[in-house]
Amino acid sequence: MTTRVPAGGSVDGAAPGYHAGRTLPFRAEWRRQASRRRTQLVLGFMVALPLIILAAFQLGGDDEGQEPSGPAGGRISSLVDLATSGGLNFTLFTIFVSAGFLLVVVVALFFGDAVASEASWGSLRYLLAAPVPRSRLLTAKLVVAAGHSALAILLLAATALLAGTLRYGVHPLRGGIAADLPPGEGLVRIGLVLGYLAVGLLVVAGVAFLFSVLTDAPLGAVGGAVLLYILSSILDQITALGSLRSLLPTHYSDAWLGLLSTPMQVDDLVKGTISALCYATGCAALAWWRFLRRDIVS
Amino acid sequence: MAGMSSSVVARLRRSLPRWHRRRLVSAGLVAALLAGAGLVGWLAWPAAPGFTAYEQVLTVRSGPDGATPVALDSTLYLPDGASAADPVPAVLLGHGFGGSKRSVAGDAEELVGQGYAVLAWTARGFGASGGQIHLNHPEYEVRDAQRLLDWLAARPEIRTDRPGDPRVGVVGGSYGGALALLLAAHDRRVDAIVPMITWHDLARSFLPEATGGAPEQGVFKRAWAGLFFGQVTGGPAARSGADPAGSSGADPAGSSGADPACGRFAADVCAAYQRLAVTGRADPEAVARLRESSPASVLDRVTAPALLIQGGADSLFPLSEADANARGIAANGTPVRVAWFVGGHDGGVGPPSDQDRLRRLTGQWLGHYLAGRGEPPPTSFSWSRVSGFSAADGGPATTGYAAGAYPGLGGTDRRRVPLSGPPQPVANPPGGAPAAISSVPAAGGLASFVNGIVTDLPGQHARFTSEPLPQSLDVVGAPQVWLRAASPTGEAVLFVKLYDVDPAGVATLAGGLVGSVRLTGLPADVADAEPVRVTLPAIARQVPAGHTLRVTVATSDQAYATPPEPAVYTVAVPGPVTVPTVTGQPLANPEAGWRWALAGLLVALAAGLAVAVAVARHRRRRAGRSVVAEHRDTPLVVTGLRKEYPGGLVAVSRMDLTVRRAEVVGLLGPNGAGKTTALRVLLGLTRPTAGEVLIFGHRLVPGAPVLSRVGALVEGPGFLPHRSGLANLTGYWQATGRPVGDARLAEVVEIAGLGDSIHRRVRTYSHGMRQRLAIAQAMLGLPDLLVLDEPTDGLDPPQIAEMRRVLRRYATGGRAVLVSSHLLAEVEQTCTHVIVVHKGAVVAAGPVGEVVGDSPAVHLEVSDAQVAAAVLDRLAGVRSVSADGPGALVVDLDGVPAATAVAALVGVGVGVHRVVPRRRLEDAFLALVGDHPTGSGDR
Repeated sequence: MTTRVPAGGSVDGAAPGYHAGRTLPFRAEWRRQASRRRTQLVLGFMVALPLIILAAFQLGGDDEGQEPSGPAGGRISSLVDLATSGGLNFTLFTIFVSAGFLLVVVVALFFGDAVASEASWGSLRYLLAAPVPRSRLLTAKLVVAAGHSALAILLLAATALLAGTLRYGVHPLRGGIAADLPPGEGLVRIGLVLGYLAVGLLVVAGVAFLFSVLTDAPLGAVGGAVLLYILSSILDQITALGSLRSLLPTHYSDAWLGLLSTPMQVDDLVKGTISALCYATGCAALAWWRFLRRDIVS
Repeated sequence: MAGMSSSVVARLRRSLPRWHRRRLVSAGLVAALLAGAGLVGWLAWPAAPGFTAYEQVLTVRSGPDGATPVALDSTLYLPDGASAADPVPAVLLGHGFGGSKRSVAGDAEELVGQGYAVLAWTARGFGASGGQIHLNHPEYEVRDAQRLLDWLAARPEIRTDRPGDPRVGVVGGSYGGALALLLAAHDRRVDAIVPMITWHDLARSFLPEATGGAPEQGVFKRAWAGLFFGQVTGGPAARSGADPAGSSGADPAGSSGADPACGRFAADVCAAYQRLAVTGRADPEAVARLRESSPASVLDRVTAPALLIQGGADSLFPLSEADANARGIAANGTPVRVAWFVGGHDGGVGPPSDQDRLRRLTGQWLGHYLAGRGEPPPTSFSWSRVSGFSAADGGPATTGYAAGAYPGLGGTDRRRVPLSGPPQPVANPPGGAPAAISSVPAAGGLASFVNGIVTDLPGQHARFTSEPLPQSLDVVGAPQVWLRAASPTGEAVLFVKLYDVDPAGVATLAGGLVGSVRLTGLPADVADAEPVRVTLPAIARQVPAGHTLRVTVATSDQAYATPPEPAVYTVAVPGPVTVPTVTGQPLANPEAGWRWALAGLLVALAAGLAVAVAVARHRRRRAGRSVVAEHRDTPLVVTGLRKEYPGGLVAVSRMDLTVRRAEVVGLLGPNGAGKTTALRVLLGLTRPTAGEVLIFGHRLVPGAPVLSRVGALVEGPGFLPHRSGLANLTGYWQATGRPVGDARLAEVVEIAGLGDSIHRRVRTYSHGMRQRLAIAQAMLGLPDLLVLDEPTDGLDPPQIAEMRRVLRRYATGGRAVLVSSHLLAEVEQTCTHVIVVHKGAVVAAGPVGEVVGDSPAVHLEVSDAQVAAAVLDRLAGVRSVSADGPGALVVDLDGVPAATAVAALVGVGVGVHRVVPRRRLEDAFLALVGDHPTGSGDR
């Protein structure tokens, strides 16, 4: 009784014009997310933060009486000291203060909210009954969340670079352990730093996305991912764990500092990239596996 | 129907293996991942072969007479499998000054893991061992170690070369390293040595003089000497606190009642130190005593192949000590290999890459000369220099290099870098304070590299600077400069440093190393001064192009004893600085393997993704094509549907239903009957436990394309609250990916009847407005099957009436509607067919007229039920009469007009209070609802 029907209308019984691969186009999903106040606020904050920092430096008065302690004076404090010595350094400082927590929260927000918010609105079931194939839905959500995250990071860096250059001028990038980097080379390094940060944030993205698929509460997904990140960071501080620490997803989160030295120290970046890709892939695969099988009860 | 169900079973059975296959694939993936992780873990933690540690106090006869007993606290680490039949070579493992056998436990475990028996002991005068510290004196510490060799030779598990001669290597750092050299010089039974960060001439180490002056002329390294002396005499707060035995009440130092000023130092060592520390100058006796404890004079007796490891961040025993040892041992024709690393007494154990290299070199050295494994190791030279900062390790990152032969401190090549700067006056601070800081002894880690602590004091130093370097300079060895100095007293103590200054002016002193100079017989005018050649401490550093070299001559340094009298010297550096260089091959970066791993991972991810996409696409294509021909034109056929939730809750126990074209089917049941669950299943949102859903003959799986012909409202509206109603509708239609023209948006918006509110954000909508918008969304594209869950929920009565008309009209023209409701009246007025569900099962089904419509029975309330029953029983055509409570009857008239029945009753004088037509469904439904009074209320 089961027969293959030759193309009479559509073979799969779909309505005319329906094609599974064309459902939930990235453009449509991008518009759905971009129209959200949350997205607009986050992106707006990314533009505002460098300006706020700049204003804080202005208000705080000139610290230039102090001799910068140089690259040697401490890798961290030197970044702060050098923040006002050119647009590139200001950008680097902005990235430095954002990388540890702000960007983590932003990425967790975009990815953790992706599916869970649809579930909490009740629109998930309508998308799936449209039908948007579940894989297709996850792909669209993932791509758009990644796009928004990348946009947020780029906005932050671009605003900092623009504002910093306008205020402090074009100067070599300092802050590495070796020589100053001429502006062109410095710009490349900043780009690489952003790239590595993005790769490192894949871990947060993966965990948040997995939680987003597992729970119907967007806040739970976002908060859970951030909490896990903090937990991993705390464990990484416990040196007694020895080589076990290198398995922690945040162990290599500071490896981008190696990009600032001359020559670049890429060994930790390579390991950090491997670690991030493994975690992110594992989380994404688990998210897929779960979402393709779960009952949608929201 | 039987044929149908058997086909269902067959199909189910056929589909089962597919499910299993999919599970298998995912299980296989998980297993592969786990296996991969396990493999990585196994590589990261190679299982060390087991061993047994025997702790014991060995009493050996030693001392000048060779008969004075001394108790040595020792641990023998014996690898599993070592036996008299299969003896293993041994390693004697010495510790650093102030340490004990416990401080080398980690090294011991590593060596025993390589198959050596390891004897670690606490040297006399330290920890739980007896005796006093004689600084590796040949008649004390060295003789102790000889007795340990005797002891090892007597152990059956230790391999021997001949009776009484064990196959043994000596390994140790600093104090233990010097013991290795001295023991090898005094005892030919030693087969290989690996001395690390140790001295050649203790007198020269503590009293260095960079123009080649004797230790009597040297400048006393006050800070380091004080640190060592204080460590052993200073009590529990000193570094020996790391060793519980050393600071316990049972400390032999305390019980021996020794002079508290000398602690556990032997009297001659103590006296020599005290004289030295007071004057800052060494007398010949003190120098002689220190030389007794130095390998310098006995190196010509060393025949054991030596691997010499020295650190570039070591202001105590700089690279020149290992250089002198290497030359001394190589002069006998004994194989010597030299390795430098970034670390030492100031810099610590060095970065992981250096540690790996040294571990490999040591393993190779001992492997060949003790275990007889492998080719003879080359006598090549390897070194490393700081190449950056490793954020993960929080320390310097290094690059390793190797050259074919050890070139010494003069390098294989020299570069002269001209310096400029006039003769400058420099003041010697009275009392030696304040003093410049170049290094902080044993500061460890980063301090020596990042230059954070190096200071020169104004007025106390002179600077001589080069032009920016046109190309980078790889300094490997000891740079030299010429120095002229004038002093009113005829004497001067000066400190010469070579800085690497970057274009921003930040100066770095490699390793924090300083060349100390004591000049005598100086003229008062610098023009008359003879130039002297100053050999600066050896370093390995790359000075990048564009940096300048700066030679600084200072009068004070916190680490050294300087003359207390104030004076003003004049210093000049007349010539260039001569910089030795070595051309080496960069060592293969052991971390480079990770890059291949990353490349492999990326390829694997790409391939995995491609395979997953291909498999998913193939599966989807196959899933959508099978059609049950007989139902190809039936919008919905559900057979044997069952849904159990995890935990055993059965939401739908068994449900069969069919929706044909042009039907409006009502799914009627009280709340909790399983209506919504059933609708979720037939939209592919939840998977049925059993049963099958066919939509237009296509078997339903989640996301099946045929769902595009179904419009749905399930369990209330679901909209993006921040977008307008219209934007939600268009957005939803975009998500279906279908042509905009097919949406019939205008018609649908008309049905929603929201007026201008359609442009407001959904957030501002009332419940009813959302409901109408949701119905409109379900109707977008006018789907062939419309599934609405409680559509009138929240609507006003006029809107409900309008909705009924809309739904009835919708079903004309071949489309079908499935409506769920818990209200009988609604179903009755809206639907053509009804399916009554209760507790997850269908209890009645059929056309509304049949199921719900007037039945042949009436409900009568009469004044005398008994008489009435009798009368009606006799009435022709009446089928049955039954009592329905006091004064009430249910009568099946079966076509007899009710008026006839009433007339008959009235005729016999029975009063009729009420005649109510009975509907078949009502009884059943009210009974069901009555079972669940809480679940049946109107919402």
